[in-house]
Amino acid sequence: MTAFQAGAGYGDDRPEERGSPAAIFDHADPASKRIIVGYGFWIFLLSDIVMFSTFFATYAVLVNETAGGPSGRDLFNLHNVAIETACLLLSSFTCGLAAIGARAHNAVMYYGGMVLTCLLGLGFLSIEIHEFAGMIAQGAGPTRSAFLSAFFTLVGCHGLHVTLGTLWLLTMIAQVFAKGFRSDILRRVLCFALFWHTLDIIWVAIFTVVYLLGAGA
Amino acid sequence: MLGKLTWGAIPFDQPIPFFAGAFVIVVVIAVLAFIAVKGWVPYLWREWITSVDHKRIGVMYMTLGTAMLLRGFIDALMMRSQQALAFQSQGYLPPEHYNQIFSAHGTIMIFFAAMPFVIGLINFVVPLQLGVRDVAFPTLNSVSFWLTATGALLVNISLVVGEFARTGWLPFPPLSELTYSPGVGVDYYLWAVQISGVGTLMTGVNFVTTILKIHAPGMTYMRMPIFTWTALATNLLIVAVFPVLTATLAMLTLDRYLGFHFFTNEAGGNMMMFMNLIWVWGHPEVYILILPAFGVYSEVVPTFSRKPLFGYRSMVGATMAICILSMMVWLHHFFTMGAGANVNAVFGIASMIIAVPTGVKIFNWLFTMYGGRVVYTAPMYWSIGFMVTFVIGGLTGVLVAVPPADFMLHNSLFLVAHFHNVIIGGVVFGVFAGYMFWFPKAFGFRLHDGLGKAAFWCWFIGFYLAFVPLYVTGLMGMTRRLQHYDVPEWHPWMLVAGVGALVILAGIVLLAVQLVVSIRHREELRDLTGDPWMGRSLEWSTASPPPSFNFAVLPLVESRDDYWRRARLAERGVVAPEPVYKPIEMPRNSATGFVCAFFATFAGFGMIWHIWWLVAVSLLGAFVTFVVFAWRDRTEYEIPAEEAARIDRLNRRARGEARAAVGAVS
Amino acid sequence: MSSIDDYEPLGGADHAPGDEPARGREVWEGVLGYLIGLALAILLTAVSFFIAGTFLVWRPSIPIALVVLAIAQIGVHLVFFLHITTGPDNANNVLALAFGVLIVFLILVGSLWIMYNLNQNMTPMNMPMG
Repeated sequence: MTAFQAGAGYGDDRPEERGSPAAIFDHADPASKRIIVGYGFWIFLLSDIVMFSTFFATYAVLVNETAGGPSGRDLFNLHNVAIETACLLLSSFTCGLAAIGARAHNAVMYYGGMVLTCLLGLGFLSIEIHEFAGMIAQGAGPTRSAFLSAFFTLVGCHGLHVTLGTLWLLTMIAQVFAKGFRSDILRRVLCFALFWHTLDIIWVAIFTVVYLLGAGA
Repeated sequence: MLGKLTWGAIPFDQPIPFFAGAFVIVVVIAVLAFIAVKGWVPYLWREWITSVDHKRIGVMYMTLGTAMLLRGFIDALMMRSQQALAFQSQGYLPPEHYNQIFSAHGTIMIFFAAMPFVIGLINFVVPLQLGVRDVAFPTLNSVSFWLTATGALLVNISLVVGEFARTGWLPFPPLSELTYSPGVGVDYYLWAVQISGVGTLMTGVNFVTTILKIHAPGMTYMRMPIFTWTALATNLLIVAVFPVLTATLAMLTLDRYLGFHFFTNEAGGNMMMFMNLIWVWGHPEVYILILPAFGVYSEVVPTFSRKPLFGYRSMVGATMAICILSMMVWLHHFFTMGAGANVNAVFGIASMIIAVPTGVKIFNWLFTMYGGRVVYTAPMYWSIGFMVTFVIGGLTGVLVAVPPADFMLHNSLFLVAHFHNVIIGGVVFGVFAGYMFWFPKAFGFRLHDGLGKAAFWCWFIGFYLAFVPLYVTGLMGMTRRLQHYDVPEWHPWMLVAGVGALVILAGIVLLAVQLVVSIRHREELRDLTGDPWMGRSLEWSTASPPPSFNFAVLPLVESRDDYWRRARLAERGVVAPEPVYKPIEMPRNSATGFVCAFFATFAGFGMIWHIWWLVAVSLLGAFVTFVVFAWRDRTEYEIPAEEAARIDRLNRRARGEARAAVGAVS
Repeated sequence: MSSIDDYEPLGGADHAPGDEPARGREVWEGVLGYLIGLALAILLTAVSFFIAGTFLVWRPSIPIALVVLAIAQIGVHLVFFLHITTGPDNANNVLALAFGVLIVFLILVGSLWIMYNLNQNMTPMNMPMG
C-alpha cells in the first residue's frame, strides 16, 4: 500500500489501533444508563462551573471598583464565613453518607444523611441571607458600586444554587419515600450528590478568593 | 396589573411593522385554523409536538430555521433596499426603525436560523450514524427544541407588541443599559436569547454524552463518521461557552432590572468587560456554526466522489484543533478597543494559526475528489461552491486578523462582507447541502436535483453580487449599519448589492419551488431502498424514513465506512443472514418540552413587560411540570420482536429487489 | 435503547463520575473514605483561615498560599467526595474535567490579562468616581 492509499483511507483501522492509547477511553458499546446519566450530569456541572468562572472573572476585574464606597475589608465578617464553610463542608460529608446509604438501600443512612444535609444547607443559607440583609441595610447593597454588584452576583448565584439544591434534596427524600430505591431514583440521587459536592468546591473558591483575600490578605 | 404593557405598545402609528405584523398574524391564524379544521391536531400532538424522537425533533428544528431564515431575509431585503435608496436621502426607514431591523436581522439569523439548522442536522443524523436508537436524554432533547422555539416566538412578538433592540445583534453597553435603551427592546433580546440559550446548552450536554457514551457495538471513536466528530466538537464548544453567554447577559439583565453596576458608566462599571466576555462566547459561537457544515462536506464529498475521505485522522485532528483554538482568539473582535500592541499581537497570531487546520480540511476534500469518479449532484454543487467561497472569506478573515489592517477595517462593510462570506459560503451552503443530502432519508423521496442546482446558482451568483460591493465600499471607508450616506462613490455599489439580494431571493424562491415540485412528484423521486446515493455511513442502512427505533438490531461495526463495505459485499451476493430480533424498549413521548416552553414564553413576556405575577405563576408552572415529569413511573414502551422483524424484513426485501433489478439489467 | 440498567458497566471498563468505587466495598469502607476527606478538608480550611489573618507568614506570599491551599482542597473534594481517580475506568471523567479546567483557565487568565491591559490604556479620569 502506498502512502497515498494510506492517506486516502484504504486499509483503515488496522488491528494495532486496538492497543493504542485511545483504547483506554474508547468504549465501543453503549454504556449503562447509570454511566450515561452520571456522565451527562457531570458535563452539565462543568458548564455550570464555567458560568461561575465568568462571575469570578468579573469579580476579579471589578474588585477594586468601590466607587468611594465600602470594600471587602470593611464589610466581611470572617467568623460568619468560617461557620458557613463548616456547614457546607459537613453537609458534603453527610451527603456522602446519604449516597452510601442509597447504594446499600439502607433507609436510615439515606434519610438521616439527607436530613442532616438539608439542615446544614439551611444553616448556611440563613447565615448568608443575614449577611446580605445586613450589608444592604447599611447602604452596601449591590447597587452601590460595581464591586458590590459583582460580589452579590457571584456569592448570590452560589446561594441560589444551594437553595435550588435544597429544594432538589427535599424532592429526592420524597421520591425515595414514595417509590423506594428504584434504579432511576438512585441515578437522580447520584446526580444530586455530584451537584452538592460541586457546590462545596465552588464555595472553597469563593471563601478563598472573595472573603479571605478580600478581607485584607 | 399588566406592568408596563399598554395599547401604545402596538405600532398603530408605524405602517411597516403594523402591516407586516398584521399580515403574519393573519397567516398564522389561517394556518392554525386549517390544521384544526382538517383534524390534524391529534396527529401533530401525538407524532410531533410531544415526540422525543431525535428524527422528528431534527425536522422541527429545520422547519423553525427555515421560517426564521425567511424572516431574517426580509430584514436583509429591507436593509439592502434602504442602502440602495438612501444616498443623500433618508430612504424609507427612519433610523429608530432601521436600527431595529439590522439588530433583528443578526439576532434572528444567528440564534434562530443558523443554530436551529445545524442543531437540526446534528439531531437527525448523529444517532443514525452512531448506529443507536436515540440520544442520551430524549425528553431533554424535546425541551431544548421547544425552548429555542420560545426564543424565536418572543423575538417575533416584539414586532407587534413593543419594539426590538436597537443595539445590533450583540447589545453592547452603555447603549444597551437602561439609561440609553429605556424601552423593552433590549429586554426582548435578553429573554429570547437567554431562554433559547438554556435549550442550546442542554443540547450540548445531550450530544456530548451521546457521542462519547452511546455507540453501536464495535464503533470505536476512530470509526465514527466525520460528521459525528464535528458534532462532538460543536457540542463541546456549546458546553464550554454558552454558560459565558448566560452569565454575561444575566449581568446586563441585573444592570437593567435591579440597578446593578457591572457595565454602567457610573459607580465603577466597566463596559469593556462586557465586550470581552461576550466575545469569549461569540467567537466559539461561529465555530459552533461552521463545524457541522464542515462535517456535512466530509460526508457529501466522499459519497459523491465514490472514494473514502482522504486523511481521516488528520481530519479528526484538525477538527479537535479548531475546537480548542477557537477558544483562544476572541480578542480579534475588539483589536481597536485598546488592549495594546502586545495583547493584539498574541491574539492576531492565534487567529492566523487557526486558519491552518481549516486549510488541512480543504486539502483533504480536494484530495478526496482527486482520482474519484465525481457525481455532480446538487449537494456536490453546494460543496464545491463552498470550497471556492469559503476560501475567499477565510482569506479576508486572515486579513482582518492583522491588527494594523483591522484598525482600518473594523466595523466597516469589509468586515460585514467577510463574515457573510464565511457564514453564507460556509454555514448556509453546508446546511443546504445537508438538507438535500439527507432529505430522502427523512422523508422517503429525493428532492428534484435540477431545481436544487438552479437554486444553488442563484445563491452563488447572488452572494457575490450582494457582498463583493461591500468589500469594495468597506475599503473605501464605508461604515456598517449606516441608515443613510452622502458619498457618491458608494452609491453604485449599493445598487449592485441590492440586485444581489434580489438574486438570492430568487434562490430562496427556487428552494421553495423545489420542495413543492418534489412533493408533487414524490412517487417518481421515491427512495425505495434507503440508500439513494451509495452512501458510506450507517444511516444509509436504514429504510427511508427510518422506523422509530432506527435499527431493529444494533449493527456490529467492524471498520470505518462499515455500511459501504457491507453494501458492496451485498452487491456481490454476500448478504448478512437475518438477525435474531428481540423486543425493543423506546422512550415514551412527553409533553414536558412543550409545556415547559409554554410557561417559559409567559415568564419571558412577563419579565419583559414587568408583569410580575405572570412571571411567578409561570415559574411555578414550569417547576410543577418538572416535578410531574420526575414522578413518572412508566418512561418506556416496548416494541415486540415480531413488529421489529416485520419492519426490518420489508427493508431487507426492498434492498434485495433493487439489487436483483440492477443485476437483471447488467 | 437497550435497557441495560445496572451499576456495573459492560466489562467493568467504565465508571460513572461521582459513583462509589466498587460494588464489593463495605459500608464502613465508604464512610472511612468520606471521613478522611472531611478531615483533610477541615485541616486545609483551618490553615487557610489562619494564614489569612496571621503576621507569622511573609504577607506578600499569602495570596499565593491561599490559592494553593484552595486548589489542594478542591483536589481533596474531587478524590474523596467525587471519587475521581486516575484509573482507566475514569479516563472519560478526567478528560471532561481537564477540558473544563482549560476553559476556566482561559476565561480567568484571558479576561484578567486583557482587562488589565485595557484599563492601563484608559485615559486617566480627572473627576472623582461615582
